[in-house]
Amino acid sequence: MLNLSLKKLSQALEKKEFTSVELTQFFLNRVKKLNPSLNAFITVDEAKSMAMAEKSDQLIQAGKKTMLTGIPIAQKDIFCSEGWKTTCGSKMLENFISPYDSTVIHKFNDIGAVNLGKTNMDEFAMGSSNETSYFGPVRNPWDLNCVPGGSSGGSAAAVAARLAPAATGTDTGGSIRQPASLCGFTGLKPTYGLVSRYGMIAFASSLDQAGPMAISAEDCALMLDVMTGHDEKDSTSLDRKKENYSNFLDKKIDGLRIGIPKEFFEDGLNSDVQKVIQEALRQYEKLGAKIIDISLPNNHLAIPAYYVIAPAEASSNLSRYDGVRYGYRTKEYDDLMDMYFKTRQEGFGDEVKRRILIGTYVLSAGYFDAYYLKAQKIRRLISNDFKLAYEKCDIIMGPSAPSVAFKSGEKQEDPLAMYMQDIFTISTNLAGLPAMSIPAGFINELPVGLQLIGNHFEETKILNAAHIYQKNTDWHLKSPKGID
Amino acid sequence: MDWDIVIGIETHVQLKTNTKQFSGASTKYGSEPNSQACLVSMAYPGVLPVLNKESVNSAIRFGLAIDAEISPRSIFARKNYFYPDLPKGYQISQFELPIVGRGKLSIDIDGQPKDVRILRAHLEEDAGKSSHGVIEGKSGIDLNRAGTPLLEIVTEPDLSSAEEAVIYAKKLHNLVQWIGICDGNMQEGSFRCDVNVSVKRKGASELGTRREIKNLNSFRFIKQAVDYEVNWQIERLEDGGRIEQATILFNPESGETKSMRSKEEANDYRYFPDPDLLPLIITDKDIEKIKKIMPELPEEMKTRFEKDLGLSGYDAKGITSSRDVTKYFLELIDLGANAKLAANWVLGNLFSQLNNKDIDILDSPISPSQLSSLINRIEDGTISNNAAKKIFEILWGNTGKKVDQIIDDLGLKQISDSNEIDGIVDEVLKNNLTMVEEFKSGKEKAFNALIGQVMKASKGKANPAQVSSTLKEKLSK
Repeated sequence: MLNLSLKKLSQALEKKEFTSVELTQFFLNRVKKLNPSLNAFITVDEAKSMAMAEKSDQLIQAGKKTMLTGIPIAQKDIFCSEGWKTTCGSKMLENFISPYDSTVIHKFNDIGAVNLGKTNMDEFAMGSSNETSYFGPVRNPWDLNCVPGGSSGGSAAAVAARLAPAATGTDTGGSIRQPASLCGFTGLKPTYGLVSRYGMIAFASSLDQAGPMAISAEDCALMLDVMTGHDEKDSTSLDRKKENYSNFLDKKIDGLRIGIPKEFFEDGLNSDVQKVIQEALRQYEKLGAKIIDISLPNNHLAIPAYYVIAPAEASSNLSRYDGVRYGYRTKEYDDLMDMYFKTRQEGFGDEVKRRILIGTYVLSAGYFDAYYLKAQKIRRLISNDFKLAYEKCDIIMGPSAPSVAFKSGEKQEDPLAMYMQDIFTISTNLAGLPAMSIPAGFINELPVGLQLIGNHFEETKILNAAHIYQKNTDWHLKSPKGID
Repeated sequence: MDWDIVIGIETHVQLKTNTKQFSGASTKYGSEPNSQACLVSMAYPGVLPVLNKESVNSAIRFGLAIDAEISPRSIFARKNYFYPDLPKGYQISQFELPIVGRGKLSIDIDGQPKDVRILRAHLEEDAGKSSHGVIEGKSGIDLNRAGTPLLEIVTEPDLSSAEEAVIYAKKLHNLVQWIGICDGNMQEGSFRCDVNVSVKRKGASELGTRREIKNLNSFRFIKQAVDYEVNWQIERLEDGGRIEQATILFNPESGETKSMRSKEEANDYRYFPDPDLLPLIITDKDIEKIKKIMPELPEEMKTRFEKDLGLSGYDAKGITSSRDVTKYFLELIDLGANAKLAANWVLGNLFSQLNNKDIDILDSPISPSQLSSLINRIEDGTISNNAAKKIFEILWGNTGKKVDQIIDDLGLKQISDSNEIDGIVDEVLKNNLTMVEEFKSGKEKAFNALIGQVMKASKGKANPAQVSSTLKEKLSK
């Protein structure tokens, strides 16, 4: 059962080589064994998962199986799941049991996938190392002294250590791709609006997007088939025909024009990472692709613009955690104001407070134009850079993260150094583009991710390019030691 | 010293939709607390707003009714502040680009038309309600109202007295009910006014500092509050004081206004476009669709009644003062009642009874079919006006009785037979020679006395008009 692709697992379930109950138990046992050292899960509920597996087996028996029926999936604890604790990595929601299913969870439940548990994450998805979680940091399976990246660090560690065949994540500024890079697997952030945000706890609404985290591009395509689709409950969900993301995986990439932005290879990029990326590009050339130099001249403005827009939206999105209706409320207070102050002071961690402060500041009277409006203008410039670039190339490639996994605690005291982790990923969120990270090599036994960025709705194009690469390399099949 | 009064009004009109502005929860008034608080109303983690199309249509209707620009693209914005009855910590409203732009509403000041400029109207959602003291030692929060659709209608500072403010509010109140977007129930808070008041030296070009009286939900309160506030401001200025910008509350019990918060204490709402909602796009086609189903507006109907039915301006205005009155009136006309008589009866006897008993015309004890038969009997001469008034009183007290039945039962039928009247008149003239002599010698009063005698002789049943003409004819011989 270990190391099997989703397709193989599905076929085995179909042929009744094993049942969903057996498969789920197998992964639950791995979680039991390895989670204490990785801290990848916040909530594991064996009884619930097994009950779901039994139902899935009934579906399979009844011949109602679809591709992912019966397969256990680890769910980021940002997705509201009925009857499950949904914490978003925060003390504020430590005891919050969701009364409803997010659309993503609903879609998985609907086809009979098994919820294997809720994975750890940076608090309210704010972080790039999974160290801001109220439930403790997640460890990188390749080196337990290193961070797994963030914010979807729990899902990342779970997939990398094979605690789950696949997981969900969310990506606001790189939270799927950077951990995929640091933990050595395949992760995809879809075009903004492709996956419903309903029931996905909001960080920055105009940037948040859910996506799959799995071993291969082929697995990601199958996950995407389940996750995408128009949802009336999310006004920003796009009303367009659902695609089959596995359709063009094997298409030849002869003549594929790969744009390489020179800005991705300037300061800030580790030279060893650069070598790995260049080697991957040579591989693509061998496979028939053409490398084209392009420029994204405003990329250096992506981080500043992001750290205005995302906190602005977050400061407002997080206002609902006020201790009035659900979630954490301080024990003792004198009056309403005192209750608000203490609840939010005690319920939120430092990084969340930092971003609420920044966001409140940039939206304040007198600062709005200089910060928020300016950042929105930059956002348009960045979008425009991509638009021009795609006149010359089909997809854009570069590194997913500036370095390999760093040591736990190393950047914790330096928010700006931490924010630089997303230097190559943030611009695609600002532009709403689909992008993925795939394993492309190692530096000192730590994985390096190659980023593939597509034009709007061109998930199939980047999945195709990723799949062809993975058919010709085996980086994505490597797994960390000590997990067998 | 003489002062100019400057008033602008922001009205919160609760839209008559079945569901909330951004969720499917019911908007019914008066339900168990929190029984209409869905996950969106309670701002649960992860939930998202979905715009109610019906409220958008309501806003378009209003825009058309005041001849306003309807924005092809408008934006929802978040107004951020903390309060327990505001579950999200922000209200979704419209800030920079409202759905309805500039328009105007014409009001009637002592028979003269005056245009009140409408600056804008925007869609937003209502907050919930905090109640203190229901649970001992704690505050209760009812989120049934949270998310209820509102249209906020903002005027330019074009009104110059408490009376004008009330006339405008009444006109707007009628209009929003007329076009079917609001139930107009002021007690339940469906129509609430924030009134901005300032004063300036007569003729001065610069406006004075305004104070905003919040949440007035009756026309009487608007009048009282503005009168009080104007006096307060003038007194203060004449005493050499200054007016500070403030938000104030009116206390109906004391009849006074009191400051709620000053400008310094005002919130910085940190408005920004709501990233959960796309820009609202309204096409010409959308507008055309609504134009087709727009009812005839009160102004248009008033003009038509004057022209086609020969009503006076005063009567036409009265009849179109509310959609329900118009409906009642039109039913009378459909049943064959004479339009002028119908207008007189509705605006006269019926209104005075309804007002006395504080009854809505929809619940009138006298149905249009009863009143129309009464009017028809007056017109065809069967009964006199006096008899009609008597019958009206009976109808008011005994719903369901037929007019013709009452006429028969009480023998109120007029004598309109000219031979019969001739006979009675001849008899009276024969028996009252003195009066006849007096009339002939120039005493006009004697004529009325003779009519009185004829009416008495006929036991009040003779048709007065006929009696008068017959008498005149016979006396001039």
